[in-house]
Amino acid sequence: MLTLEGVVTGAGAFRLAADLRVEAPGLVAVIGPSGAGKSTLLDVIAGFRPASEGRILWHGQDLTPLGPGDRPVATLFQDNNLFPHLTLAGNLDLALRPRGGRLTDEARARRDAALARMGLDGLGDRKPGAVSGGQQSRAALARALLQARPILLLDEPFAALGPALRAEMLEETRRVVSETGALALLVTHDPADAHRVAPRTILVSEGRAAAPRDTEALFADPPDALRAYLGD
Amino acid sequence: MARRPLALIAGGLVAALTLVPVAAVLWRAGGPATFAAGDGQALRFTLWQAAVSAAVSVALAVPVARALARRAFPGRAVLVTLLGAPFILPVIVAVLGLIAVFGNAGILNRGLEALGLPGVTVYGAHGVILAHVFFNLPLATRMILQGWLAIPGERLRLAAALGLGPWQVVRVVEWPMLRRVAPQAAAVIFVICLSSFAVALTLGGGPRATTVELAIYQAMRFEFDLGRAAMLACLQLALAMAAGLAALALSGAAGMGAGLDRTVPRHDAQRAGARFVDTIAIGAAAVFLLTPLALVGGNGAAGLFDLDAPVWRAAGRSVTVALASTALCLLWALPLATRRGEVAGLPGIAVSPLVLGTGLFILARPYVNPVALALPVTAIVNALMALPFALRILRPEAEAVRADYGRLAAALGLSGRVWLIRVFLPRLRRPLGFAAGLTAALSMGDLGVIALFADPERATLPLQVYRLMASYRMEAAQGAALVLLALSLGLFWVFDRGGRVNADA
Repeated sequence: MLTLEGVVTGAGAFRLAADLRVEAPGLVAVIGPSGAGKSTLLDVIAGFRPASEGRILWHGQDLTPLGPGDRPVATLFQDNNLFPHLTLAGNLDLALRPRGGRLTDEARARRDAALARMGLDGLGDRKPGAVSGGQQSRAALARALLQARPILLLDEPFAALGPALRAEMLEETRRVVSETGALALLVTHDPADAHRVAPRTILVSEGRAAAPRDTEALFADPPDALRAYLGD
Repeated sequence: MARRPLALIAGGLVAALTLVPVAAVLWRAGGPATFAAGDGQALRFTLWQAAVSAAVSVALAVPVARALARRAFPGRAVLVTLLGAPFILPVIVAVLGLIAVFGNAGILNRGLEALGLPGVTVYGAHGVILAHVFFNLPLATRMILQGWLAIPGERLRLAAALGLGPWQVVRVVEWPMLRRVAPQAAAVIFVICLSSFAVALTLGGGPRATTVELAIYQAMRFEFDLGRAAMLACLQLALAMAAGLAALALSGAAGMGAGLDRTVPRHDAQRAGARFVDTIAIGAAAVFLLTPLALVGGNGAAGLFDLDAPVWRAAGRSVTVALASTALCLLWALPLATRRGEVAGLPGIAVSPLVLGTGLFILARPYVNPVALALPVTAIVNALMALPFALRILRPEAEAVRADYGRLAAALGLSGRVWLIRVFLPRLRRPLGFAAGLTAALSMGDLGVIALFADPERATLPLQVYRLMASYRMEAAQGAALVLLALSLGLFWVFDRGGRVNADA
């Protein structure tokens, strides 16, 4: 269970408040108008942005004082998910040995398995620039798989992909989440994404992140803010 | 990630290495009591030659920049690139080239003699200015060319649509740009010429052509008058600081120079007269800048056979000093590659090498023979002098790497060491190679602080060239100068190339 206990964050005129609990595991969509604070919500959970008030708890453990690398969180950003000068395998290795040191044979086997699992067999020694956008996304997902952190944050990582590829990656993500038993928060601006893969949805609007609701129920009877966003 | 303690140490070292020698100089200075008659003259000459050099450089640069801005011709890109070369050209090499053209036995005097005309001399105040123009005309041209290329094409199109004549275009479009850019270029050149040492040492001298820097050297070297040297060092420091601050205030938001490889489409420049003027401007500038270097190349190749063991030993010492300076400069620059760090590195530009050298001399004298420290001090001072340039190159790229990948690194929990080795340094390869190349070339060609200390056993190659020149062994001097030029450009090429090969975008 991920708990945001009276969390407030913000800079200048911008402010986001969140007081909610999310049951793990499962895939939860985060939806709302642009500028409402969807990415901010993820940033505060990942530790990139301090909470000026409140606490963030994971199964009762207070995450607030921990740095981004020490939280049980893996993140897929909008861009720059891979270091372009390292091979795909090198990128994955970095996640296994963030403090340096040699990779054991067992770790190497795990890395190769993660690549194979994402359909990147034999592409391990290519650099990101030498593979397609979809394969880059797969490599980033493979790394998240390898990190095996219980919380996965996805900040529109597939936004640059075409519709078919994006649907494919969302499906892949859904499978990874259900296999690993993680809790995943998926930021999206497309209600169809939420319908497709996320049984629950958090609505972020007017400076507030609402508690997750059943996706179908939410869209069947949208609150005013969501209705305005959807435009009907 | 950003290693704050390291940045503080690096910044502290810059401050200590600039301030402590200056403090030592101040403490040792006797005050105005030791202000001799010649010193006032040195001050006046310093200001005068800097002002004239700046004015002439800028005045000559305007037609050249204008021609380069509106003409496309084969070799233009090469010429624009060459305009950046004086930065890494050793001063002593250029001086030898100018002597080969304008010297007593130079091609100009031989031509005048053949025509039965009286000869000219390259030594003295006008020789100093000639050399300064040689070095700064390209800089001024690049800065003003930048200004020309920054004029929005729409404005020129509008001028053409309105049918404005050439003078109207100058008045409405070009003059406002020049009024802004030309003073900036002049200010930068003025500051550079204020601390002119090697040029004044080789072409100037005497009561009528001695800069303050040269006077410091003479007080140290010939009169052993530390008090006077210290007083002059304070004077030089005040000069450089005042002029540097003034130039900074003038500079505004002048960029470093991207995109010089395009011409502005001009609708008013197609007349024969304009073509003629532009051809003359570009041709004259190319002849003025390239002839001296071609002569060093030609004469130097003959002189290569005259080179003796001391020259090669000096070359070895120079390469060692250059590599040490480069390593030191990069070690310094990496933790300082932030906005604040760039400011911390700036003293390197304001404090003169001779002042630093004098200060370190005063500090070291009670404990060791300063001569023994000649090479290490040279390496340190050269690193310090190159630091502002290295930071200018590295800082934007370093900030981009941190902005693009800092969050990913934090999310993965990378340790500082892994971040540095696996991400930060590999991502910075290109600018690191470029900065290293500049530093190595600058250090290789430097003839400054080394002249203060060195004995023949510790001479660097530029100093050795100067010695050969001063003892009228011109063939050997030109041969050694060619070696120096090849080593400077070679070091630059190796480092710059090393940063590019196999670098990923």
